[in-house]
Amino acid sequence: MSNQYETVIGLEVHTELKTKSKIFCACSTEFGGEPNTHVCPVCLGLPGTLPVANKKVVDFAIKAGLALNCEILEFNKFDRKNYYYPDLPKGYQISQFDLPICGRGYLDIELNEQTKRIGITRIHMEDDAGKLNHEGEVIAQAESSLVDYNRTGVPLLEIVSEPDMRSPEEAVAYLEKVKAILQYTEVSDCKMQEGSLRCDANISIRPLGATKLGTRTELKNMNSFKALQKALEYEIERHIELIEDGGMVVQETRSWDESKGITVSLRSKEEAHDYRYFPDPDLVPLIIDEKWIESIRNSLPELPDERKQRLINNYDLPRYDAEVITSSKDLGDYFDQCLKHFKDAKKISNWIMGELLRLLNVNDKEVADCPVAPEELGALLQLIDKGTISGKIAKQVFEEMFTSGKTAKQIVKEKGLEQISDTGELEKIIEGIIEANPDPVADYNSGKGQAIGFLVGQVMKASKGKANPQMVNKMLRDKLG
Amino acid sequence: MALTIYSMTAHEMHDKLKNKELSATEATKSVLDRINKTDSRVKAYLTLLSEEALKKAEEVDKKLAAGEKLKPLEGIPMALKDNMCTEGIKTTCASKILHNFIPPYNATAAEKLEKAGAVLVGKLNMDEFAMGSSNENSSFYPVHNPWDLKRAPGGSSGGAAAAVAADGAIYTLGSDTGGSVRQPASFCGVVGLKPTYGRVSRYGLIAYASSLDQIGPVTKDVRDCAWVLGAIAGHDEKDSTSANVPVSDYSHALNKDIKGMKIGIPKEYFAEGLDEEVKVKILDAIEKLEDLGAVCEEMSLPHTEYALPAFYLLAPAEASSNLARYDGVRYGYRDKNAEDLISMYKQTRSQGFGSEVKRRIMLGTYALSSGYYDAYYLKALKVRTLVKQDFDQAFERYDVIVAPTAPTVAFKLGEKADDPLSMYLSDLFTIPVNMAGLPAISIPCGFSQGMPVGLQIIGRPFDEETILQVAYNFEQNTPHHKLKPQLEVE
Repeated sequence: MSNQYETVIGLEVHTELKTKSKIFCACSTEFGGEPNTHVCPVCLGLPGTLPVANKKVVDFAIKAGLALNCEILEFNKFDRKNYYYPDLPKGYQISQFDLPICGRGYLDIELNEQTKRIGITRIHMEDDAGKLNHEGEVIAQAESSLVDYNRTGVPLLEIVSEPDMRSPEEAVAYLEKVKAILQYTEVSDCKMQEGSLRCDANISIRPLGATKLGTRTELKNMNSFKALQKALEYEIERHIELIEDGGMVVQETRSWDESKGITVSLRSKEEAHDYRYFPDPDLVPLIIDEKWIESIRNSLPELPDERKQRLINNYDLPRYDAEVITSSKDLGDYFDQCLKHFKDAKKISNWIMGELLRLLNVNDKEVADCPVAPEELGALLQLIDKGTISGKIAKQVFEEMFTSGKTAKQIVKEKGLEQISDTGELEKIIEGIIEANPDPVADYNSGKGQAIGFLVGQVMKASKGKANPQMVNKMLRDKLG
Repeated sequence: MALTIYSMTAHEMHDKLKNKELSATEATKSVLDRINKTDSRVKAYLTLLSEEALKKAEEVDKKLAAGEKLKPLEGIPMALKDNMCTEGIKTTCASKILHNFIPPYNATAAEKLEKAGAVLVGKLNMDEFAMGSSNENSSFYPVHNPWDLKRAPGGSSGGAAAAVAADGAIYTLGSDTGGSVRQPASFCGVVGLKPTYGRVSRYGLIAYASSLDQIGPVTKDVRDCAWVLGAIAGHDEKDSTSANVPVSDYSHALNKDIKGMKIGIPKEYFAEGLDEEVKVKILDAIEKLEDLGAVCEEMSLPHTEYALPAFYLLAPAEASSNLARYDGVRYGYRDKNAEDLISMYKQTRSQGFGSEVKRRIMLGTYALSSGYYDAYYLKALKVRTLVKQDFDQAFERYDVIVAPTAPTVAFKLGEKADDPLSMYLSDLFTIPVNMAGLPAISIPCGFSQGMPVGLQIIGRPFDEETILQVAYNFEQNTPHHKLKPQLEVE
């Protein structure tokens, strides 16, 4: 049974850095663009050309390293990773092998209100490869393949974790946290669909209580958080089945097939490449002194954990709220902006976690593309606070704001949604309701206090939700005495 | 007898141009004419740029007529080894795999010379990818030594040395990874300098072994060498390994004598393998240096014998990676009959590279392979450090080190072509200098069997001044550099 086994997962995360120019030349890193327009002799690896390291890339790597609590290696160097593929114009990738820019670090994930520390083994810099476009349905049947080198030389960081995760959920939480930190530090956009965040997983299982690791498989081609979760789940089942059937897990690289929902073997350990790493003689070793590190440290923004703590300490937000709101930089920024226009943090949090995230999700939008600006949400909350509209009406208004882009005030005015707080007007409605509901009135008068709720509801209904519920409640009680 | 135009040195030609006794067009025509008369036998050139050269010469003449000041190398016909990229001009590395490659950029050294007003007359033959010591590894045709057409000019910059010796260029640029400028200079009786690693930008030099490659001038005398070095040296932001060290006024140093200078004579360079007659010429040269006031002393560079085997691990290792880009995907030769990707790679590279290049790619791939890396590549790196330490210690006591450039004079074409090991040994005395990253020059110091002998002068890092100073003092007090091969018959 599956609960007799422990799962061990380690992740290798690749992220494209959002520097303006490539890692070893001045070409633009911009995504998209006509094929082979963001290229030059250097990133095309033409004969005799030489790479020159982009200092900004090193800055970004140090920044990511510090944010992930890593040691920064004073002496680090670039190495060549040799293999052949048409998207790799030099026949080798420039990476970092035995002396990467960042050593040991960690990050904390939060799952089911529990905090867990995941170790980071190392972070290194490398250049990205180009892209092949196969002229045909599948690669094996392709008539020809075209190569686009725009992506060649875009800077990448590879963040390697310790095998510290014990479930697909932990792996997903880790990847989400890495993404959040990289976005907070503004070193990467982390758009999985554009490939600026990619992830490979090493997974093995072992009997509960065992100390020796089981045979691992390496999973590739998981292009979303959901794919990561599903691929790991599939692989755990596959490992368990193999072992329970008296077989063995084979050490190999496997690819996640999203459409079939299975993993398939790519290559065995014996077929693994011998990359023949050696120091790149075209690049001098990087020497990073304390001054350089300090200047980057001083530029670090507030990170997710710090922000979470601030929300809890300064605004009394529940831990769960703080976790959700700080899980993405954009969402946290949205919250902070709202606070400038409305002072009740818990109310803001409720709206963000409720209506805002729901509508973003339904409309498949990112926080950054949210049509309702934070100050507009603040203005809406003020309207509720002042009693201009009810909370229920506010939800309608917010949805309208989301689709039309109009402000809350505009919508309330156009649709005449102001709350009825005029006693004369309310009096008329209340009288009508008392008259039409003699039984509940009698119940109330005979001491059944809960009947007031029904009557309030009837008044609200009659006013199409616009009546001020607190006033209705008070006036009803006064009237029924 | 009036000096024939093509046999002038660059500084002689500069004086004539400056005094309007000669035009750049006349100079260029003379050199082109010389190439047309002799290069069918020497075969130093792969590409001749007659029209482009004449056009450039005319431009220079126009500027001079307009009263502009003449720069030192302006209007002087020269040529480049065909592993230096030239914008819009075929650059082949003497390899079938790059037979049609036209770079869209200039090598920094080529660019600097172009801006200095140099007239590029052509691209020079070489051993394929600079791998070889006889120029027989050219994919196109071997170069012949102008002193004896049956003999090799040396390599890999055989074309660069032979062109200068045959007066087919006033000067040329070669590249030196394990002796590829100095050994052919020695074989052809001309001056060849390998600058300190990092002194001249490698940008646009098609790599053989990146940590060892260095571009250097091949000239008719030492003054020209100083001029050309001054024009190509300097930091280049396109090459991270180029040094940010100020460039000296190299011709200024020539005027100083060498009285009291301390010269080390490494005994390991006079041991087994050195031809007896060559040894005699070198010892004569050392005596001459003593006559000129230098203090010569026998000393030891104990790790010398390990330099060559270590070189043949490191250089091929780098080459195996540097040459991976020639895969038929983007430019150069591609086997059109290949049916899939792997066969395209295999067939393109099998057919596109010559046997010596393939031998070194295999050697290097092996040296870097998992399980062999420590025993070969890493060990060789350690040897390299020891070789360098030998020199560092020696330069605490000596200003320069003097030794033979090559163990023999030029051998016959075909003599060593089937014996790679004996071919490798002809770089025995030049390789340690590349391993240590030092500057060294080869200058003519006499003849044996009617063939030139080269004297090697090795200096401290970035102290090209001192080796040029010693070389110039020797040259000005000996007749060897004035002798020319006889190529007039036809």
